[in-house]
Amino acid sequence: MSRPAARAASGQPSRKGVFGRLADFLDDRTGYRAVVHEALYERVPGGARWRYVWGSTLVFAFMTQVITGLFLWANYSPSAQTAWESVYYIQHEVAGGWLLRGIHHFMAQAMVVLLALHLLQVVIDGAYRAPREVNFWLGLVLMMLVLGMALTGYLLPWDQKGYWATIVATNLAGIVPFAGPSLQQLVIGGPEYGHHTLTRFFALHAGFLPATLVMFLVVHLALFRKHGLHAKRPITKPDAMFWPDQVLKDAVAMLAVMAVILGVILMPALRAMLAGEVVHLGHLGAELGAPADPSLPYAAARPEWYFLFLFQFLKVFEGWGATGEFFGAIVVPGLIMTVMALMPIVGNWRLGHRFNVAFTLAILAGVGLLTAMALNEDYSALWVNRASLAEAEKLHDQTGGDAAKLVAALGGDNAKVAAIKRQWKTLEKVRRSQAYLDAVKLAEADAARAVELAGRPERIPPAGMLELVRRDPLSQGPRLFAQHCGSCHAHVDPLAPDAEVVIAKSSAANLHGFGSADWMRGLLDANQVAGPAYFGNTAHKEGDMVSFVRDDLTDEATWPKGDIDAVVAAMAAEAGRPVPQEIAGLVDKGRELVAASDRCGGCHAFRGNGTDLGAAPDLTGWGGRDWLVGIITDPTHERFYGDQNDRMPSFGKAAEGAIPPLSREQIDLIADWLRGEWYRPAQH
Amino acid sequence: MARPHGNNSAASVRPDDRSRGADPLAARREFMAKVVALACGGLATIPPVVAGLWAFLDPLRRTRGAASFLSVADLAAIPDDGLPRQFPVIADRVDAWTGFAAEPVGAVYLSREQGSREVRALSATCPHAGCFIDLEKATQCFRCPCHNSSFTLDGNIVNPSPSPRAMDELECRVGGNGQVEVKWQKYRAGIAEKVVQG
Ligand code: FES
Repeated sequence: MSRPAARAASGQPSRKGVFGRLADFLDDRTGYRAVVHEALYERVPGGARWRYVWGSTLVFAFMTQVITGLFLWANYSPSAQTAWESVYYIQHEVAGGWLLRGIHHFMAQAMVVLLALHLLQVVIDGAYRAPREVNFWLGLVLMMLVLGMALTGYLLPWDQKGYWATIVATNLAGIVPFAGPSLQQLVIGGPEYGHHTLTRFFALHAGFLPATLVMFLVVHLALFRKHGLHAKRPITKPDAMFWPDQVLKDAVAMLAVMAVILGVILMPALRAMLAGEVVHLGHLGAELGAPADPSLPYAAARPEWYFLFLFQFLKVFEGWGATGEFFGAIVVPGLIMTVMALMPIVGNWRLGHRFNVAFTLAILAGVGLLTAMALNEDYSALWVNRASLAEAEKLHDQTGGDAAKLVAALGGDNAKVAAIKRQWKTLEKVRRSQAYLDAVKLAEADAARAVELAGRPERIPPAGMLELVRRDPLSQGPRLFAQHCGSCHAHVDPLAPDAEVVIAKSSAANLHGFGSADWMRGLLDANQVAGPAYFGNTAHKEGDMVSFVRDDLTDEATWPKGDIDAVVAAMAAEAGRPVPQEIAGLVDKGRELVAASDRCGGCHAFRGNGTDLGAAPDLTGWGGRDWLVGIITDPTHERFYGDQNDRMPSFGKAAEGAIPPLSREQIDLIADWLRGEWYRPAQH
Repeated sequence: MARPHGNNSAASVRPDDRSRGADPLAARREFMAKVVALACGGLATIPPVVAGLWAFLDPLRRTRGAASFLSVADLAAIPDDGLPRQFPVIADRVDAWTGFAAEPVGAVYLSREQGSREVRALSATCPHAGCFIDLEKATQCFRCPCHNSSFTLDGNIVNPSPSPRAMDELECRVGGNGQVEVKWQKYRAGIAEKVVQG
C-alpha cells in the first residue's frame, strides 16, 4: 500500500495546511501517531480514579528531579574543598538557585511519600497478582533505587548533617559479614572520607542510580501497558480512556504535589513578609548546614526524616553491639524486603492477600510508630513540663542519682521513691532531648555564621570554607573557652537572667567584657572586687589588690571619683576598647595616675614607669591582644602573676618536646573572641 | 486468578469508536478535560524548568570588575635595550566563591628604549584566539604556538598571520617609586578592532 493509501485506510483524514502536511510528513516517516495513540488511548476499566494517580505522579516527580538535578549539576562541584562552597553559591548567590535547590530537595522527600502511597495502593488492590508479579518486583527495585538516590544525595552538600549521616550509613554497610569492609571502602572511595567519597556518591546519585532507574522504569511502564491497568473491583462504572480522563486526574495530582512543594519553600517568605521582615531568598528552600568538620562533635546528627524509623529501630538493639546492628540494619530490613518480594506468590494462597495487606499496613504502622518515637525522644523537652519535675531534679542533684541515698533522703517512703525514680527517667529523657535541641540550635548558628563568612568580600580561601571557619574567633572562641577556660572562668553578661548563678559557681573572674570600661569599673568597685565576678573565688581574695580597692580607693580624699574615672578611661584605652563619651577626655590623666608610684604604679609596671615586674601584672597594653595572648600562654611569667599565679595553667607552654595544651592559633582565637574581634558583615 | 483485563491492546480501542460524537455534551466535557489536563500538567512542569533556566542563565549577570593599574615590575628590572621581556601579572582574583590573593593571572611583555623612562607593555594573549604568545629568541620575533601568528618585537603583525590585528598594547605608567604599572585588560579575540572584553 502506498503511504497516502495506508493513511486513508487507517481512517486518518488527510490534513490541509502547513502543519497538517508537516504532521503527515512526519507520521509517514516515523509513525508517531500510532505511538502517541498507543500511549494515550489506553482503556481504563471502570473509569478513571484518583487511586490510580500515584504511578504517574511518581514519574512526574522523577522527571522534576532529572530537570532540576541537571541544572544543579551545572553549578555543583564535588570535592571536599568545593562541595559545600558550590552549594553555598547555588543557594545564596546564583539567581534562582534557592528555588532550584528547594524544588530538588523537597521533591526528593515527596517522592518517598508517593512511593509509599503507590505501594500501598498496589498491595491493597492486589495489583501484584498474576500476571503482574514481575512488574511488582520491578517496582520494589525502583523503590530501592529511589531510596539509594535519597541517601547519596544527602551527602553531596558536604555539610555537617550530610557528613555525619553518611558516616553512620556507610559504617552500617561495613558490618555486613565478609564483604562489608570492602564494600564500605569502595563506596567511600578509600579508607577515609574525602574527595572520592563525594565523587563516588555524586556518580552514584547522578549517574549509576538514575540510569539504572530509567532502565527499570522503562520495563516497568512497558509491562504496565502490556497488562493494562489493574482495576479496583467491583467495577461499577463504564470504562474510560486514559486520555483525557485519567490524565486529567494525574495532572491535577502532579500540580497538587508541585503546589505543596512550592508552598513549603515559600511559606517562610510569606510569614516574614506578613511580619514586615526582609526576605532573604537564600534562606528559603533547602537547608545548608555548616561545612563538614570531622574534628567537631555534631550532636544534632540525624538521618533525613524518612530514615528516622531505621535510626530508631537500631536503638532497640542498643547494647547488642555489632550483632544488634547487623540484625537491626540488615537482617530485619532484608527479611521485610523478602516478604514483600514474596507477596505475589503468597497472594495466591487462601487468605494470602489479606496477609499481604495486613503485613504492609503493619510495616507502615511500625515505621510511623518508630518515627513518632524518634521525634518524641528528640523533641520531648518542648512539651514536657519541666516544672513538674522540679522536685525530682532537686533530689537528683542532692543524691547524684543514687538509689540508696534517695531512699534515705525520703525516709524510706517506698511509694515516693518509686514515683521519683519514674520521674528521674522522664528527667533523663528531657535532658537528652534538651541536649539535642541545644545541638540543633548550635548547628543552626554555625551554619548561619559559615554563610556570613562565605559572603566576605575576600571570598572563601582556596583551601575551602572549613579553614575559614576554623580561623573564625566567633565560631571557635566559645568552644575553646568552654573546653579550656570555662571550668574556672565564667563568661556571662552580668545583666543576663542567670548570670548570678553562673558567676557564683565559677572559681575565677568573669571574663565577659574583659578589658572594657564596665569591667574595669567593677574591678575598682569595693563591693565587687572580692565578689565571685572578680577575685572572690580565687587566692587573690585576700590579696593586695582587694585591700587596695577596699581601703584606698574608697578614700575620697586621695581617690576622688574623677580619678577613678580617669583610670577606667586609661585602661579601656589600653585594651583598645571604646572609651565612654563622658570620660573620653580623661585618658591622659588616667595614664599618669596608673603610672604614678603613689597610685597604681606602686605595684604595677606601666609604660616604663620604672616599677619592677613581678609584684603585680604589667599594665602596659593591659587587655589588648598581645597581653591576653601572653597571659593565656604563661600566667606565671613575671609580666603577669609570676609566682603569685593562682591555679591558671600555662596553656601555651610545655616541657621540651611536649605539645602545649593550646596552639598559638588557638590562643589567638580565644584572645580575639574575648576582645570581640571577628568579621562582621557590613550593614546594608 | 483470572486475568480480567489482561492485554487490552490500546489499538483495538479508538477514540472514534466511542459514541460521544453523538452526544455534544460529552464531547464538550471531553474537550474541557483535555484542556484542563494539559493546563495542569503544563503548570506543574513550569517551576522546575523556570528555576533551572533562571539559575543556568546566572553567568550572564556576572561582569568582569573594572580594569585597574597593577604593579608588575620595578623599572630597573627592565633593561633599556628595546628588547621585550616577560613579566607575570599578579592580582587578586575571584573565581565564583573562591578568592585568590595575589595570584599570577597572566603575563605581559615589557620593553623600554635606551635611557627612556617610558615602558611599552604588550599583552601576551594572542588576538587571534587567545593562546599565549612566545618570544622567540632565535628569530627575534613574537610567535604564537597555536596557529603561528607572528609579530615584530613592537607587536606589529607579520603577514601572513591568522591574527586579525597586532598584539594588544596595554596602558602603562611608571610611578614615582619606579614601579611599572600596567592597566590589566582583556580584549575580544578574533576581530580586527581592539575591543575591551566586558
Ligand atoms: S591563537 Fe594565536 S595564532 Fe591562533
